[in-house]
Amino acid sequence: MWLLVTALAAMVATALWYVNLPSDKYKLGFLSLIYWGATLMWLVDHVMAYIRDGGPFIEVTADGTALALAVLALGLFVWLVRLLLGDPSRITRALLRK
Amino acid sequence: MACFVAPAAVAVVTTVIQTVVKKKETAATVEGPTKVTSGKWTRRLGWLNTMMWGGSALLCLEHIWHGEVVPWPPFLTAMQTPGDVGPMLHEIVTVGVAMAVVILAAWGIMVGVAEIVERRAKAGVERTSVHGGA
Repeated sequence: MWLLVTALAAMVATALWYVNLPSDKYKLGFLSLIYWGATLMWLVDHVMAYIRDGGPFIEVTADGTALALAVLALGLFVWLVRLLLGDPSRITRALLRK
Repeated sequence: MACFVAPAAVAVVTTVIQTVVKKKETAATVEGPTKVTSGKWTRRLGWLNTMMWGGSALLCLEHIWHGEVVPWPPFLTAMQTPGDVGPMLHEIVTVGVAMAVVILAAWGIMVGVAEIVERRAKAGVERTSVHGGA
């Protein structure tokens, strides 16, 4: 389940990055690369497990869905930290100076 | 079990390479006429590092979720049982290395596409300047 959700997140982030080109002010390229990296790694993991053990390729379970949401949240958290540290709109800096 | 260890190890190496390349490209910008392309490989290696580190971080979360990684030594639960160490190493070597190879291949394709786009754009600018000058 987390493979599917991460792949969807990667596609949405990539579409948003593309819509905003040529500017990448909000580092959406960074966010999409995080999700693409995880998607490719889990794809390899799923394919190899499927070849080795067989069974369903994608299982939809409550635990898997919760993990998928946690994965999305971690990706967004890493992106937000990078965004706030980079502070492209200089909002954080202005707030700290007040 | 611990397949994300292999891409994380590759990420360490590629981060070191990016740091070295960044220093070289910064030096080249100051010295020579390469200002237009300066930072090109630093940026491209940044894509690779983001995929490697980002993917490893999210996979690490999955392993924590499944109880395969714990915050106390030896960190990997498979290390606590001698019988599990062999299968864990086998998984790192097979699945982990395959993950790193696939990420490297995807990055290679990205760099190839970027290079083609850049060359076409450059050729377009040159053609325009030739026609404009004639």
